[in-house]
Amino acid sequence: MTIVGNGSPQGVQITPRLPRRLTPGREPSDWIFHGLATTVGLSVLAVTGAIGLFLGYQSIPTLRHYGWHFFTQSNWLPELNQIGIAAVLVGTAEVALIAMFVSFPLALMFALFITDYAPPRIKSWLVSAVDLMAAVPSIIYGLWGFFLLQPHAIDVARWLSQYLGWLPIFHVDTDPNAAVWQQSSYTGSAFIAGLAVSMMAIPLACAVMRAVFDQAPLGEREAAMALGGTRFGVARTVVLPFAKGGIIGGTMLALGRALGETAAVLIIISPEYLIKARILEAGTQTISALIAANFGDATTSQLSALLTAGFVLFLITLTVNTCAAVVIRRSRSGASTDI
Amino acid sequence: MTTATDEALIQSTADGQIMSGWSERAPSPRGGARLEAIEVSAWFGQTQVLDDVSLSMPPATVTALIGPSGCGKSTFLRILNRMHESVPGAQLAGEVRLNGEDIYAPGQRVTRARKRIGMVFQKPNPFPAMSIADNVTSGLALTNIRISRGDRRGLVEDCLNRAGLWREVKDRLGAPGSVLSGGQQQRLCIARALAVEPEVLLMDEPCSALDPTSTRRIEETIAELSSQVTIVIVTHNMQQAHRVSQQAALFLADERAPGGIVECGPTEQLFSNPVDPRTADYVDGRFG
Repeated sequence: MTIVGNGSPQGVQITPRLPRRLTPGREPSDWIFHGLATTVGLSVLAVTGAIGLFLGYQSIPTLRHYGWHFFTQSNWLPELNQIGIAAVLVGTAEVALIAMFVSFPLALMFALFITDYAPPRIKSWLVSAVDLMAAVPSIIYGLWGFFLLQPHAIDVARWLSQYLGWLPIFHVDTDPNAAVWQQSSYTGSAFIAGLAVSMMAIPLACAVMRAVFDQAPLGEREAAMALGGTRFGVARTVVLPFAKGGIIGGTMLALGRALGETAAVLIIISPEYLIKARILEAGTQTISALIAANFGDATTSQLSALLTAGFVLFLITLTVNTCAAVVIRRSRSGASTDI
Repeated sequence: MTTATDEALIQSTADGQIMSGWSERAPSPRGGARLEAIEVSAWFGQTQVLDDVSLSMPPATVTALIGPSGCGKSTFLRILNRMHESVPGAQLAGEVRLNGEDIYAPGQRVTRARKRIGMVFQKPNPFPAMSIADNVTSGLALTNIRISRGDRRGLVEDCLNRAGLWREVKDRLGAPGSVLSGGQQQRLCIARALAVEPEVLLMDEPCSALDPTSTRRIEETIAELSSQVTIVIVTHNMQQAHRVSQQAALFLADERAPGGIVECGPTEQLFSNPVDPRTADYVDGRFG
């Protein structure tokens, strides 16, 4: 059917008015780049998926042999056929939470200082300094934590257990008031490992928070300033509510990092496979440190058990990072402000 | 002229609507304050943008600042409430006196100056996730002024009334500020600025992002507010300057030279009988 419409020149035939599917026009060079970008993007997904599949496949013998006991047993004694990750899971969570407890306020305040308080000429220096913190290898943080931090941190740990020892988490099974106090009861604890890991979590959380704080709309910042608000008032009214998603996202990314930290934790902690809440007391273990410490002289079945622990860590960090990505993506769209 | 305006101020204060509770809490003078810029020059880094500008803005008067883009009107306006200094590298010479007191004098607090000299921006900028009512009272929270719930309701109603928005939003005060139209958002920003009881209200091209109907509503609001507060408005729209202001100042800047005032005086005279030929050319639309 052809239509000679009112709008068309007389005698000109036009195609029927049926909808046509439109695709964005692409030049040949666009097609090449499109293909390359797609390949690289898919290969990243493929590598991540392959790691998960490999770990999952390697875990089958262990999970088949130990079943749920693998998650409820706290000992790691392959010689006695006792293998479980209950204690290391708790240790991992403790170290990560201590790291987050210390790094969250520092990262938040430092990011706010960089975006809202620092003089412009030192702002770029501060940004570089934070980025440099992220570039320092974790083994260095481990050595720093062991040789420089630990001798001082045990004083803090002793003070905490002296005055707050009635709280189970600050209790240490020794006499804090003894004339010659037992320093070794306080070394190699989850507390000290958490402090060292927090130094690695700060730059990650700070970088994300700073990027989101910088996006707070200038119009709203100026509105708050013009109403007579102080800098803190502007931060409280405009910047922090706007960046809520970024703050949560940055913190979760840092948590992902803290959960998986190996070298620093391995150097600092005294390995102990015990489910305990006493974070100041010597002895704890995390999944990643467990793997690193036992990988070298593991038999085939022990290797499978270590890889199963790795699989659990992989799933935990994957979940945390996915949640972080979702939260960060949502925060871009929500320009929320409140008091 | 000053005496006449001062009389008008006294009159308007005496006749002013006294709303519930909160007006008694802070008996600030309705009618505004005298704002004077004395030999003001301004720089961004090494670039001078304003040279030796002096202007007196009497109470209860609308002063329009007109001139082509880039002649320093907006910078001058931002100097009047110390927003200029928020730009890195900003420098200033001269004085800005609010009722005779230099707001740039050592020891003067910037937050106090900004609270007394409110500002409405070119682009409406309500806090998007805050409710309409919270937007109005946000200035109180920012300046740590505590207010009882009953007084708060009265204040919200009064400020929205004065900004000409009450009738349109009275049934949805809990809705977020971002759901309003552009013109309504701008009037919400005016209400928000009024809530901290400024003595002067600065407006930086408040209608440039709005349609003609919204522009008319804002102009009506300005006319209603002019007896209560000193208003200084930057506008590119000659007709608007003519309609809303009682006095006007023309800013011009030669190429690569800092801007300054070419002529200022009663609006009527500036438009119908300008002294400087450049003023005549500008208001007749021969350049700019």
